[in-house]
Amino acid sequence: MPHQRFSGLSLLWNSLGQHRGWREQWRRAEPKAEYDAVIVGGGGHGLGTAYYLAAEHGLTRIAVLEKGWVGGGNTGRNTTIIRSNYLFDESARLYDHSVKMWADLSQALNYNVMYSPRGVMMLAHTVHDVQSAKRHIHANRCNGVDNEWLTPEEAQAYCPPLNIDPGLRYPVLGAALQRRGGTARHDAVAWGYARAADALGVDIVENCEVTGIRRDAGGAVEALETSRGLIRTRKVGVVAAGNTSVILGMAGVRVPLESFPLQALVSEPVKPIFPCVVMSNGIHAYISQSDKGELVIGAGTDVYTSYTQRGALHVNMHTLEAICELFPNFRRLRMLRNWGGIVDVTPDRSPIIGKTPVPGLYVNCGWGTGGFKATPGSAHVFAWTLAHDEPHPINAPFTLERFRDGHLIDEAAAAAVAH
Amino acid sequence: MLLIHCPHCGERPELEFAYGGEAHVARPTEPAAVSDEDWAAYLYLRKNTKGVHAERWRHTRGCGRFFNALRDTTTDRILVTYKAGERAPSGATP
Repeated sequence: MPHQRFSGLSLLWNSLGQHRGWREQWRRAEPKAEYDAVIVGGGGHGLGTAYYLAAEHGLTRIAVLEKGWVGGGNTGRNTTIIRSNYLFDESARLYDHSVKMWADLSQALNYNVMYSPRGVMMLAHTVHDVQSAKRHIHANRCNGVDNEWLTPEEAQAYCPPLNIDPGLRYPVLGAALQRRGGTARHDAVAWGYARAADALGVDIVENCEVTGIRRDAGGAVEALETSRGLIRTRKVGVVAAGNTSVILGMAGVRVPLESFPLQALVSEPVKPIFPCVVMSNGIHAYISQSDKGELVIGAGTDVYTSYTQRGALHVNMHTLEAICELFPNFRRLRMLRNWGGIVDVTPDRSPIIGKTPVPGLYVNCGWGTGGFKATPGSAHVFAWTLAHDEPHPINAPFTLERFRDGHLIDEAAAAAVAH
Repeated sequence: MLLIHCPHCGERPELEFAYGGEAHVARPTEPAAVSDEDWAAYLYLRKNTKGVHAERWRHTRGCGRFFNALRDTTTDRILVTYKAGERAPSGATP
């Protein structure tokens, strides 16, 4: 069945038929016995990897295995913030590669991912925050990443609900603003990549859990055991976020990851009031408004490792107290729902993207609390890595071996969430 | 929020405690004699268990002492707690 392309004309045409002519956006694929490459994990990063493998590297027999449903993990559970104002050169290159790709992702995928560069403003509350923010601004500008310093008055002009009363317990002393930062529609990213990959022949297999990794006499990957049968392949890309340790453990590979619950919540929907994204690392709050009108609020991680996809209420309360202090207007808003995702955190808070000691086994993990922003860039360089059996120059520093060799990319201070 | 049984003080809310990560990680007695690989493993590699996990907690807002717990990371239920220096109770091995 031919692929349906979205356009103003197709929308108009289908409206004449009362929109009954739209078909499912991707096939419900049955797993085949053999593939050239298999991606484990049907989130944005995994689906994107499959798409770029097909679109840019000419692989045709590709499957994405997802134990639940497409975009049901962290891709559907994050707060959709996009930015690239990271401190170190390696990170700036990686995240800015992604921000540049967000700019025309909707056109590339023929799917509206609703990328909105509305600006990400990071607040400073102490002298140390101010110095750290300015250091980031200068480092970013050396790397060609936009970031600028705002006084409290300028910050309030950019985001009118912001309380800049100097009498606050943690007063706003200024803010760093990345104007190219913003948000996108998280579900649309997963669906857009799934649809575009499917159009290129990629099999997206949901409800298919990997239960084992078979290796040949030389140690190389030869097949995956799954809940839907054995699948032969010589190339496996693991993009399983919080469950990466479990999957790689099946091949005897240990990775420096710990999995923590990270929570987010949304308010009842209100009329447009919040024009940008505001983050405060110091008192832990970040907030934006979705196009539906809900305030999207990110809370922190629980202190202990877990795979439960839920966290404790006091973690949310801590964030809401900070939100109420910074935005007194929101004190009487009700929260509509909250949820948790399991994030895979590395010791240096930078991802691991590359080869493993097992031939044919590749990993893209460790995005911790901030992987959504990196989805297109991460998928793009990981697909390159799988296709060439060597890292793309952008992800070359993000190896598994950097922990042994001491070449850490220590971005702990730049993460959105206090660790 | 977890209810945690401190072996010294009894059951208290999680807010009184600090998490101490995986339990029973021993620092190599002669760091200079250890290979880079093993040293990195000691520093950074944790089991990240999906299932019963042996971990340390510290009763920072109580007695101040470290102790160990076995917790199922798929449910967050704490199976048992035991004092620092003791082995995990048999029958509930991590």
